[in-house]
Amino acid sequence: MAIDSKEIARVANLARLELRPDETERVLGQLNGFFALVDQMAAVNTTGVEPLAHPAALLGEVALRLRDDIVTETNQRDTSQVSAPAVERGLFLVPKVIE
Amino acid sequence: MSSTAASTDLHDLGVAELATKLAAGEVSSVEVTQHFLQRIAQQTSLGAFLATDPDVSLAQAKAADARLAAGERTPLLGVPLAHKDVFVTRDFATTAGSKMLENYRSPFDATVVAKLAAAGMVTLGKLNCDEFAMGSGNDNSAYKPVHNPWDTTRVPGGSSGGSAAAVAARLVPVATGTDTGGSIRQPASLTGITGIKPTYGRCSRYGMVAFASSLDQAGPMGRSALDCALLLSAMAGPDLDRDSTSLDLPAFDYATDLIAGYACKPSNGATFDPQKPLKNLKIGLPKQFYGQGCAPDVLAAVRSALNEFEKLGATLVEVDLPLTELSIPVYYVIAPAEASSNLSRFDGVRYGHRAAHYTDLTDMYKKSRSEGFGDEARRRIMIGTYVLSHGYYDAYYLKAQKIRRLIAEDFQKAFAQCDIIAGPVSPSVAWKIGEKSADPVANYLTDIYTLSSSLAGLPGMSVPAGFGAGGMPVGLQLIGNYFKEAQLLGAAHQFQVATDWHMRRPSAFEVISK
Repeated sequence: MAIDSKEIARVANLARLELRPDETERVLGQLNGFFALVDQMAAVNTTGVEPLAHPAALLGEVALRLRDDIVTETNQRDTSQVSAPAVERGLFLVPKVIE
Repeated sequence: MSSTAASTDLHDLGVAELATKLAAGEVSSVEVTQHFLQRIAQQTSLGAFLATDPDVSLAQAKAADARLAAGERTPLLGVPLAHKDVFVTRDFATTAGSKMLENYRSPFDATVVAKLAAAGMVTLGKLNCDEFAMGSGNDNSAYKPVHNPWDTTRVPGGSSGGSAAAVAARLVPVATGTDTGGSIRQPASLTGITGIKPTYGRCSRYGMVAFASSLDQAGPMGRSALDCALLLSAMAGPDLDRDSTSLDLPAFDYATDLIAGYACKPSNGATFDPQKPLKNLKIGLPKQFYGQGCAPDVLAAVRSALNEFEKLGATLVEVDLPLTELSIPVYYVIAPAEASSNLSRFDGVRYGHRAAHYTDLTDMYKKSRSEGFGDEARRRIMIGTYVLSHGYYDAYYLKAQKIRRLIAEDFQKAFAQCDIIAGPVSPSVAWKIGEKSADPVANYLTDIYTLSSSLAGLPGMSVPAGFGAGGMPVGLQLIGNYFKEAQLLGAAHQFQVATDWHMRRPSAFEVISK
C-alpha cells in the first residue's frame, strides 16, 4: 500500500505534529519505504493466534498487578513545577481555551 | 589532585578491582572519583556525556568514604558510575537526548538510580543517547553525536552509545543502559564491552523515560561479565508499588554464583571440571543468524568465539528461529505504536519545551511538539499514530502482536533443544557517522539479531568476541531463557576467564596526560 500526502496530514494532526511542506515530501518517501517492509507481515499465517501485548503474559507465574488505591506520594508541587514552561500561583498556564 | 602512583591506572580497573582497593583503604572514593572526573573533562570530544557536576559527585564520594571509614563493606561502595540520560535524577538534569527535555529537573530519582546510590555508588554524570532511546548509532541525539573510541569517525552504536563509549574509553568503570530493541547489546558489541539486558521486568522501569513500555528494560554495561553481575545484583529486584510490570522475584546475587561457576555445574551430580567448565552447556545456533545478511568478518569472529566455547566443553546445536527477519517489521510497528502513546505526554504544559509563538491551545501543542522532537522521534510518532489509527489497527498493530507471540513461541521450541542461543549482535562492525542517517529503514535493518529476543522479553547479552574490518570490535550475542541471567553471565564469565578480548583497549585512550 502507499500513503499519500493527504493521509500524512491526517496522521500529523492526530499526533499533534506540524510538518513543514518540504518535510511532508521526505516523510512520505520514508514512510512508504517503511511500509513496504511492514507489508511482509501479511505473508505470515496468524489464524487463531492470540495477540501478545506484553511479555509478562508469557511468564505464567507473574501476573500484572494493581496496588492498593491509596495516596503514597507526598505533595511536591513546587519541585514538580520547576520544569514547567509557565506557572502562576501553583497553576499551569495554558492559552485561553474558553472564550 | 592526588598524584599517587595508584591513581594513574585507576581507570584501568574494573568494578570488582576498584571495590577491593576501596575496601582495603588503598584509595579513597574521592580520589577515584576525581580521577574519573578528570578523564571525563579531558575527553569531551568523544561526546559521551551530557551532564557532569563535580560538586555533586564529590559529595557522594565523601559520603561513601564515610561509610567505608565506619567499617561498611559492600560490593559497590565508593565505586563510581554514570547513568544513561533516560534515567531521571534529582541531582542532574535529565534530557533523554531530546531538546524537548532540555534542562528538565526530575523531582525524584529512578528506582535503578536510587538502588545504586543506596549501594554507595557515586554518579559521575549523565550519558548521551539517541533521542528517547530511538536509534542504532547515537546520531539521533539532539545535542551531539557520540564517537566510537576505537575509531572516532564511526558510531558507537545506540541507543546507549554514550554509556558504551564511556566504558570503552575508560571514562567510567561501568554504566547503566536501557535496551528496547538492542540498545544495550548493540553498542556494547560495537565498542568491545560487555552488556546485559535482563529478562523484561527484572529491573524497575520507574523513572526511566518511557519509549516502548512492553519492551524497555534497564541493564548494566561494563568491561566484564563479572562487573555486569555486580551491578545487576544491585539494580534488579522487585519494585511492586511503582512498576506494575516489575517481576515479583527476589533480588539475586549474580556475582557470587558466577565466580563459583554457576551455569556450568553439572546438574547430574558429576564433578565440576575446571578444564571443561561448560561441559553440560548446549548452545543453540539459529541458522537465520548466520546467513548472507551478516558480514563475513563478523561471522568469522563469532565462529572463532564459538570454537572457544566448544573447547570449554559446550556443545553446539543448530536451532531454528524462522521469523527472525519478520522481527524487524513487527518491532517497528509495536515500538512506535507504544512510543506515540508514551510521547503524547509532551504537550508543552507540565514540563518540556513550549513554543514561543502560537495562536491557540492546539497550535501550541503542535508547535511545541514539532520543535521539541527530532526527526526520528517525529517519524516514529507518525508511524505509531498511523498503525493505531482507525482502519489500520487490525492490519498492522494487531497483526504485529500476533506474530510477536509466534516469535516468542519459536524461542521456546529452540530452548527445548539448548540452554542458551548464540549468534552475532550486529550484522556489521560500527559504521561511519552519518553513513545511514538519510535512510531510516537501513538503520532499522541493522537491528535484525537483537529485536526478536526483545519482543519475547528474553535476557540477552553482548560479549566481546574479537575484531572485524578496520580493527573494530565484534560482540557475540548470548540469549537465555526467561530468568536465566545467571546462566548467561556464568557462561560469559568462563569465556572471559579463557580469553582476553574484553581486556583490549582502544589505543587512542591508552595514555592520557595528567
